[in-house]
Amino acid sequence: MIAAASVLFCVAGAVFFLAGTVGLLRLPDTFCRLHALTKADNLGLGFIVLGLALDSGSWAVSGKLLLIWLLALLAGTSACYLIANSVLAKREGGGG
Amino acid sequence: MTLEQDQIYGITAMLLFCLGLHGVVTRPDALRKIIALNIMGTGVFLFLVSIAKRNAGEFADPVPHAMVLTGIVVAVSASAFGLGLARRLGSPDVEEKDDPPS
Amino acid sequence: MSAAVFFDLLLAVTLVAVAWRVLHAPGTFEAVVVFITLGLLMAIAWARLSAPDIALAEAAVGAGLTGVLLLDTLRALHPGAGDKEPVVRHHPSWAASVAAAVLAGVLVLALLGIPRDAPGLTERVVEELPRSGVSQPVTAVLLNFRSYDTWLELGVLLIAVVAVLSLRAGTGLTGVPPGGAGAPLLWLVRLLVPMVVLVGGYLLWLGKSAAGGAFQAGVLLGAAGVLLWLAGQRPVPREWQWRLLLALGFAAFLGIGGVLMAGGRLLFEYPPELAGTLILLIETGAAVSIGATMAALFIGLHFRTGEISTGGADDT
Repeated sequence: MIAAASVLFCVAGAVFFLAGTVGLLRLPDTFCRLHALTKADNLGLGFIVLGLALDSGSWAVSGKLLLIWLLALLAGTSACYLIANSVLAKREGGGG
Repeated sequence: MTLEQDQIYGITAMLLFCLGLHGVVTRPDALRKIIALNIMGTGVFLFLVSIAKRNAGEFADPVPHAMVLTGIVVAVSASAFGLGLARRLGSPDVEEKDDPPS
Repeated sequence: MSAAVFFDLLLAVTLVAVAWRVLHAPGTFEAVVVFITLGLLMAIAWARLSAPDIALAEAAVGAGLTGVLLLDTLRALHPGAGDKEPVVRHHPSWAASVAAAVLAGVLVLALLGIPRDAPGLTERVVEELPRSGVSQPVTAVLLNFRSYDTWLELGVLLIAVVAVLSLRAGTGLTGVPPGGAGAPLLWLVRLLVPMVVLVGGYLLWLGKSAAGGAFQAGVLLGAAGVLLWLAGQRPVPREWQWRLLLALGFAAFLGIGGVLMAGGRLLFEYPPELAGTLILLIETGAAVSIGATMAALFIGLHFRTGEISTGGADDT
């Protein structure tokens, strides 16, 4: 029962990652791509972490996995902001 | 033909090595050469570790692992020096730079 | 075909395909970015091959630091890379391609002929492991059985830093770091660097009994140093402190070896009851040095040659 839920969550996470990658490849603009990537990757990683935490059966491991997810969120968000800022600055510098 | 796991990665390692070697030899650009050199190194490391994984019981042979760990760090240092040289020479096509830096 | 074999095959094909893309990408920026991806995929391959130590090191250094160095050099050499980079068609000669393919074939055939039953050195390591002072075999090999190699490797790192620094005409490593990426980066760095130091120390301690050790801790510390630099902070304020940190690992190793030799033993012949403590001491010095070296390699490359940056403490 728990194993099935764990697999389901991991698959859901994989689906979100797939969606994010498709967004990266198909969307026209850097900003759109960043949007797709950060949304999809945060949720995707979250689901995978949930699935792995269920599978591990240990609070310590689940706590560490949660911490990994939070750190990845932090890094992803900051990177997204920095990339968006740099693209904006380049655009304004080039066009203005 | 059934392949063991370590053979799969061993074949990959050989392919990576040859791809990297081809890149080093054919690319004129210093940066691309360094990237290709890193890929060659990755191939060698993968080969060592796949050798270590043969007949691995509880754990794989640790001596090649230690060698690869050392090798990764040394490869980064060598790449850093190569990149420093590339920056110093200042031009991507190394062979076209014919006047020495003042 | 079992799922594990399928996964390994898939990963192997992906590795070769991504490496191909790295080498045949039209633009160098794309090549560097895909190279970073290759590093992360390699980390998965290491994990599949029961090499967690190497996976940790590869993710931090192979993908992380090498990628950062490449991006930084790319930006210095081609300021417009990534946006308006001219696409240069690369046409290698047929002879080179055929030769590489033939070599690949020969190597693969040789690989398939390797005897499957050779035990390697696992048994020797397992025999001596109880006397080595640690319970993780890779750490035992690195810091006890082959400690001479590790010591010399620290020497090679030192030489690399000296070489990189000798290419620069500017001040030492304490020039003004670039800033200007804004408050979010600074806040990220303030949050992350203490955590990185904590995790580094944990990995260092963990090396005795699980995957970890001086190298992994060292490269994490190096990454923290690079992050600090990129956020506009100097990781180490004084030049003499840099030199101390850089030399610490090699010197600690040499010092302990010298003391052992003065006590009548061979170089690096640890007395078994003290082996664990000595290894921990050496590992601490080595981790600090490796971290300082990684950060120094990045910082040392960053200034363009000929650019003398003024401002900031330049005293030795």
